[in-house]
Amino acid sequence: MNHLLPLLKKEFSLELKRQSVMAGLGLYLLSMAFIIYFSFSLRQNLITPLVWNALFWITILFTAINTVAKSFIGEKRGLDIYYYSIASPVAILFSKIIYNFLLCLVLAACGYLLFVLLLNNPMHDQVTFMETLALSSFGFSASLTLLSGIASKASNSNILMAVLSFPVVISILLVAVKITKNCMDDLDPSVSYQPLLMLLAIDALVCAVSYLLFPFTWKN
Amino acid sequence: MKSTWWKIACVVLLVYTAVGGLLFDVPRLNIVNETIRALYFHVPMWFGMVVMFSLSVFYAIRHLRHPSVESDIFSVAYAYVGLAFGILGIITGMIWANYTWGSPWHGDPKQNAAAIALLVYFAYFILRGSVANDEQRARLSAAYNIFAFVAMIPLLFIIPRMTSSMHPGNGGNPGFNTYDLDSRMRLVFYPSVIGWILLGLWIATLRIRIKLMEEKINEQEDEKNK
Repeated sequence: MNHLLPLLKKEFSLELKRQSVMAGLGLYLLSMAFIIYFSFSLRQNLITPLVWNALFWITILFTAINTVAKSFIGEKRGLDIYYYSIASPVAILFSKIIYNFLLCLVLAACGYLLFVLLLNNPMHDQVTFMETLALSSFGFSASLTLLSGIASKASNSNILMAVLSFPVVISILLVAVKITKNCMDDLDPSVSYQPLLMLLAIDALVCAVSYLLFPFTWKN
Repeated sequence: MKSTWWKIACVVLLVYTAVGGLLFDVPRLNIVNETIRALYFHVPMWFGMVVMFSLSVFYAIRHLRHPSVESDIFSVAYAYVGLAFGILGIITGMIWANYTWGSPWHGDPKQNAAAIALLVYFAYFILRGSVANDEQRARLSAAYNIFAFVAMIPLLFIIPRMTSSMHPGNGGNPGFNTYDLDSRMRLVFYPSVIGWILLGLWIATLRIRIKLMEEKINEQEDEKNK
């Protein structure tokens, strides 16, 4: 476990060094927001809160899948053997989960800003919405990191990543959409406590299972 | 599992289900009417699916703890049969919904959850198809099997209960509990559940035996070629 911090530091410094990946993800988000903006450009009034909700979470889902997919897919061959020899799989998993969580959270926040800028802001209860963003980002990163580890060992891993992750993250997505709807309808925050707790429970579940299963997918 | 008594029991129970399920008297309820007989053919599919997938996950866990070719073969065979049960469950449900709800796909939470559960296991087989190394395929698919099964728990058992549904047993619609007084239906329903599960086990054991034989033949050929 004491390898966690150096590994986390490595993830960040590596990311700062290859800025193209980070920039690519940002551009991905930007283009997606623009596509949505242009598709609706003359019909701003068509973007009802429900449509906004659906479009926003689809954008976030695809961005998260692409962000987390690269945590194992596309790493240099043999690099995993090197990691295997210096650190425990659990430390590697958690360093990736934490790192991906922060990345997902930043991208989700950027996505929200872009949506507010280009479309409109139907959100009333900002605090609950931010909590939802944080919890779902963590859920995405915890489940997708393991799946990225599985998909990276297979051929056509990019397609596989989407196929494997979709059914698994859908429960997170359903709860998140539900809470977002509450935030838009300006309901009292206490209404959203139960689904928020549920989101937290799903996060804990997914995290625990990843922790148990990752060592098995890791060894070659 | 090589004895024949449970196979005979399976045949007897299913013949009884088919005859009793179609001919015995059932309670008259509005809208549902005679389609209530779907209880004997549609609901046991989900019981069968859950049992098969649980067995599949059980062998997946066993495979991760003590890797062996056998446990992988067992796990896949049960997943196959579970998937078949799930598809039959969706189809029988759609036929039923067509007559009672008015359209085969009604976007009901239970229908959607069932469809997603099937997607998970389709993804499982796609994963198996795209890993070349036998040992790695067994290990990765076992891990995905467990992960997907756990991730499905909130989807199948919690979220549908948080939302309203038109499915019998939800939101004031008559479900199985309404028939508590009607022991005639239980007389057919319980045997049918056992019968269908036994049939699933039977199909799975056949698949397992074929695969084990293939494995043996491969081994012998490998030795010959040495």
